Amino acid sequence: MLHIKNLHANIEEKEILRGINLDIKAGEVHAIMGPNGSGKSTLASVLAGRSNFEVTEGSVEFLGKDLLEMSPEERAREGMFMAFQYPVEIPGVSTTNFIKTAVNETRKHRGLEPLDAVAFLKLMKERMKLVEIDQSLLSRSLNAGFSGGEKKRNEIFQMAMLEPRLAILDETDSGLDIDALRIVANGVNKSRTKDNAFLLVTHYQRLLDYIVPDFVHVLYNGRIVKSGTKELALELEERGYDFIKSEIELAAQD
Amino acid sequence: MARLNKVLYMSNDALLYFAAKFSEEKKNSGALSGFSEKAMFDFQKLGLPAVRHEEWKYTRVSNLFRKDLVYAPPITRITSADLQAFRLPGSDSASELVFINGVYNPELSVIRHQPEELIAMGLDKAAEGDYASFIKENLGHSADYHPDGIQALNAAFAGGGLFVVAKKGKIIQQPVYIYNLADSRPGFIFAQPRTLVYVEAAAQIQIAEQYITIGGNESFTNEVFEVVAEKDSIVDYYKIQNEGPLANHVGTTHIRQAGKCLTNAVTITLSGALVRNNLNMIMESEHGESHMYGLYLLDGKTHADNHTIVDNAQPHCFSNELYKGIMDGESSGVFNGKIFVRKDAQKTNAYQSNKNILLSDKASANTKPQLEIFADDVKCSHGCTIGRLDEEALFYLRARGISEKNAKSLLLHAFAVDILDNIKLEPLRNHVDRMISERLEFNF
Repeated sequence: MLHIKNLHANIEEKEILRGINLDIKAGEVHAIMGPNGSGKSTLASVLAGRSNFEVTEGSVEFLGKDLLEMSPEERAREGMFMAFQYPVEIPGVSTTNFIKTAVNETRKHRGLEPLDAVAFLKLMKERMKLVEIDQSLLSRSLNAGFSGGEKKRNEIFQMAMLEPRLAILDETDSGLDIDALRIVANGVNKSRTKDNAFLLVTHYQRLLDYIVPDFVHVLYNGRIVKSGTKELALELEERGYDFIKSEIELAAQD
Repeated sequence: MARLNKVLYMSNDALLYFAAKFSEEKKNSGALSGFSEKAMFDFQKLGLPAVRHEEWKYTRVSNLFRKDLVYAPPITRITSADLQAFRLPGSDSASELVFINGVYNPELSVIRHQPEELIAMGLDKAAEGDYASFIKENLGHSADYHPDGIQALNAAFAGGGLFVVAKKGKIIQQPVYIYNLADSRPGFIFAQPRTLVYVEAAAQIQIAEQYITIGGNESFTNEVFEVVAEKDSIVDYYKIQNEGPLANHVGTTHIRQAGKCLTNAVTITLSGALVRNNLNMIMESEHGESHMYGLYLLDGKTHADNHTIVDNAQPHCFSNELYKGIMDGESSGVFNGKIFVRKDAQKTNAYQSNKNILLSDKASANTKPQLEIFADDVKCSHGCTIGRLDEEALFYLRARGISEKNAKSLLLHAFAVDILDNIKLEPLRNHVDRMISERLEFNF
């Protein structure tokens, strides 16, 4: 589904990603972990199409198409979704209108008829249950005055509405209390099918107690330095990121 | 449009031209003749505003005083059928007061309110009736407050004005709509509407003004609109400007809180050639409250300049002000907001904010907050921003599959709608929202 080959990316002339290689297949859940500043969020941003990053080398193929050639909206319509680490507050834009517009632009792209008001509301009601989000939240302006937990739940709700093929969750667990974390994880787990995939970007292992990954990758200094299964996450939790750093330094000395 | 090749300005001839017009009309001005004569004298003394005057730094009105200006007598070829297309929503139950070329026209006006709650009549007629002493005392307060040549020019011809009274204790449910119509068919028309509104104690009134130019030539409206609000009254004032690129406007709205009351003003400017709006909130009484909102959504070569004054003379007053601008094309927006807090006006709360979004490289915004505070126990704040659309918000919307064009229009509409929420008159709010949505191609 997603093939990242030797991806290099800069922000303001500074190289952040230094050759990422990653393959994600349908039905899989991948977790990317790493210390602060390792490039985790940059990777998520580059995949979603944020314009302040410059890709200098490498390629990304998504469902057989060149992802890097697409605008952010094309990526979304093709089935890529990023849950933002810091969802933006947009006063004056109604959450419901926004989601309806997003759903229908995506449907149009896929050659489907737009949902009418009744069908849309029905879908919304159903997906609201998934993340235990309240109707009153959705009748407010987009994320305006939402708590941290409400914003993250709104991200997962949008994901459930848009039914992406690949969802990237950028530090969705940060700032969540344990109840909110459980709700968010539950929403993700219920959305899993054999046709979609997830990329969880996280600093901590605790999210992975709730969403169990098939693969765990450690990002350090702009490269994936270690890959494994969920046990790797537990090892990281126990030993901290320092053991990875020292392993790399040892390798460099050889 | 051949005259574009040889534009002739009046410059000092303007004084002579209007002096001559003044002598022609003088015989009709009746009870207001003393007022008009003094104003003509002031005009001769002050002359036209020039860009060297700080208050007119960004707005050059002298260019509008061209030799081809037509200062016409009221033209009566306009019928109520002509007006039909310009009526505001909900007009069937509103009082509709009509100016033709700056002169109040009672024949085309329809007063649907009962005289127990609302009176509307020609200013010259009113100046000879029950309200004669009120008018003598209050007409022209704005000019005394802020001497200015172009206001004096309006005052010199105040005879064709309008007088409105909201009667004591009456909560007037239906709005008063004022249509300022300029008929440019004879040429570059100059119109000077003048209104005095008296809101008696504990009365409530909602007034909306709109401006219409018909005919294919330019127009220039120079308006003065004065309101005196007594104790416990509530006044909502809406000014809607959506004329073509040939319409020029200079207007002063001068609202005086003579007693403790609540006044709201919303100014919406969507198009025009040169637009200058002065809005003065004079808070003369303790515990007064005023709100001032403005939206200017400009493109093409439109120039819109909003100058506001909030003057706090007494303690415990509250004022809030928010103006927002979106400039596209080669348009320019100006905001100048003054807040005075006089020596005795302790415990004043005064807030002001001006936010601008520039959508093109050739658009411009100038903003200047001015606070002059002479009391020591007050809360005042001001702030202004000029920027582009929020890139992060734009990316967020696009990352959900919304096209860049639609994302922009969603964000701009959201920015603007904040101001519209302060139009309490629902049919009018929806009407303005429709105009804005159309402009922003917002259809969600």
